[in-house]
Amino acid sequence: MFELDKLVKAVGDVIASLVTAMGLGSAWVTTVQLAVAALVVIVFAAVVVLFLVWWERKVSARIQMRVGPMRVGWHGLLQTIADAIKLLQKEDITPTNVDRGIYFWAPIITFVAALAVYVTIPFGKGLLVSDLNIGILYILSVTTFTVIGLLMAGWSSNNKYALLGGFRSAAQVVSYEVPMALSILGVILFTQSLSMGEIVSQQTKFHQWYVWRQPIGFLIYLVAATAECNRTPFDLPEADSELVAGFVTEYSGMKFAMFFLAEFLNMFSVAAIATTLFFGGWNGPFLPSWFWFMAKTLIGVFVLMWFRWTYPRLRVDQLMGFAWKFLLPLAFLNLLVTGFIILLVK
Amino acid sequence: MDTISLVFFALAFLTIVSSLMVVSSKNIFHSAIFLILALFGVAGLFVLLEAPFLAAAQVLIYVGAIAILMIFSVMLTARISDSGLRHTNEQVPTGLAISLGLLIVMLYSLWNTPIPVSEATPTGGAGHKLGELFLTTFVLPFEIVSVLLLAALISALVIAKRDGPLGGRGAGNETDEKREMEQGARPGN
Repeated sequence: MFELDKLVKAVGDVIASLVTAMGLGSAWVTTVQLAVAALVVIVFAAVVVLFLVWWERKVSARIQMRVGPMRVGWHGLLQTIADAIKLLQKEDITPTNVDRGIYFWAPIITFVAALAVYVTIPFGKGLLVSDLNIGILYILSVTTFTVIGLLMAGWSSNNKYALLGGFRSAAQVVSYEVPMALSILGVILFTQSLSMGEIVSQQTKFHQWYVWRQPIGFLIYLVAATAECNRTPFDLPEADSELVAGFVTEYSGMKFAMFFLAEFLNMFSVAAIATTLFFGGWNGPFLPSWFWFMAKTLIGVFVLMWFRWTYPRLRVDQLMGFAWKFLLPLAFLNLLVTGFIILLVK
Repeated sequence: MDTISLVFFALAFLTIVSSLMVVSSKNIFHSAIFLILALFGVAGLFVLLEAPFLAAAQVLIYVGAIAILMIFSVMLTARISDSGLRHTNEQVPTGLAISLGLLIVMLYSLWNTPIPVSEATPTGGAGHKLGELFLTTFVLPFEIVSVLLLAALISALVIAKRDGPLGGRGAGNETDEKREMEQGARPGN
């Protein structure tokens, strides 16, 4: 009833007729349509981040028996906007001894990599910018640029804490990427397709959700994805009690905000991917599809926040040992068993 | 010039310029970053050839794993960003001659090889076909490469694990000294 796919199609048609009326070819129609879609995704991402920052502060406050921000807007809802304006007004400081070019590009690369994932996330029926047939593989490969950004930030800052933070993040993300990819492969064995749209369309019924067929795969994904986001209990790259602020130590103003934005964008996309792969994506009864998608994803985000404000931080050696000695063998075993079962059922 | 060739030349320019920067940059960390840019340009070319699977694999493996490990080892090496690092040595003429000769051979063979171009439109899902071929026609090379990679992995572990029974280098003190000597010797050439 309140589906948005008709609206999207109508807007697309209006753009098409406008561009054609200006006397431009079909290539231009696609270009303008994609540009508008990209703009919508960026605005959506910005709104989501503004909300998530507020929500995280509220959740952490409630867990610690506080009330959190209350002054600006209803229950402090506009607090993040005030903070964003403050960050925008700040002077853009570049320390003297940094490696200027790399220092400048690091936050941009991290931010763009985080944003690029949103292109292939199915937000609802007909709400998918591009249903690439390599969907999930695209997401995995784009997110690797996040690490590059963090490494660049850590190195160029010319600061030992930043360097250690960049170092830790590289080790951590490279290690946890392997079990994460393997856990996703378990689902891919069932779907026989990498396309996000196709994966969603195979889980229309509640009992078809892949979490029932891949419970261990889901748990591995959850742990590895938390580590990929650099969030507690895996937040060693920016462990503030030992590394000041890790790779963001030397950043301020808007550049700092970009790292901050990227972290929250990553958190949301991790939850969105979990929703798509394991919890039926936007499928759900009665209510509109985008509502189901957002509800499931925000529950996932809440779980990640819950982790952060409940668990203590791991040590570096525990972190690496856990990835390579426990998570990886488990993921391989899960994949092997899944393959056997599929072979037997066929 | 149509859009496709415009995009092609932009990507080719990006790839070539960043490859040149990889070999000519004084700072080895910059070289690593430019290498990533070059690999990204190649991935873009794959996309342009309607081979998105290859593009994603290229980024995932080369940028996601290999380049990051390179940056990792750059960061681990002591005094690597010192300005005193030399870029060339006395063998420049020999190197130039060899690479020029190689270029001529490659250009010659490229010029004289008929490259068959299929008239069929590329199908979107190359992943399925690729997977099938890996497990049927090309299963032997695929397995050989897998075993090779496994062997490399195990040997890396054996080399790294000096003081254990596998390394066979004796007591810890001696290895520590050796390691210090090696580390001291490396950056200064």
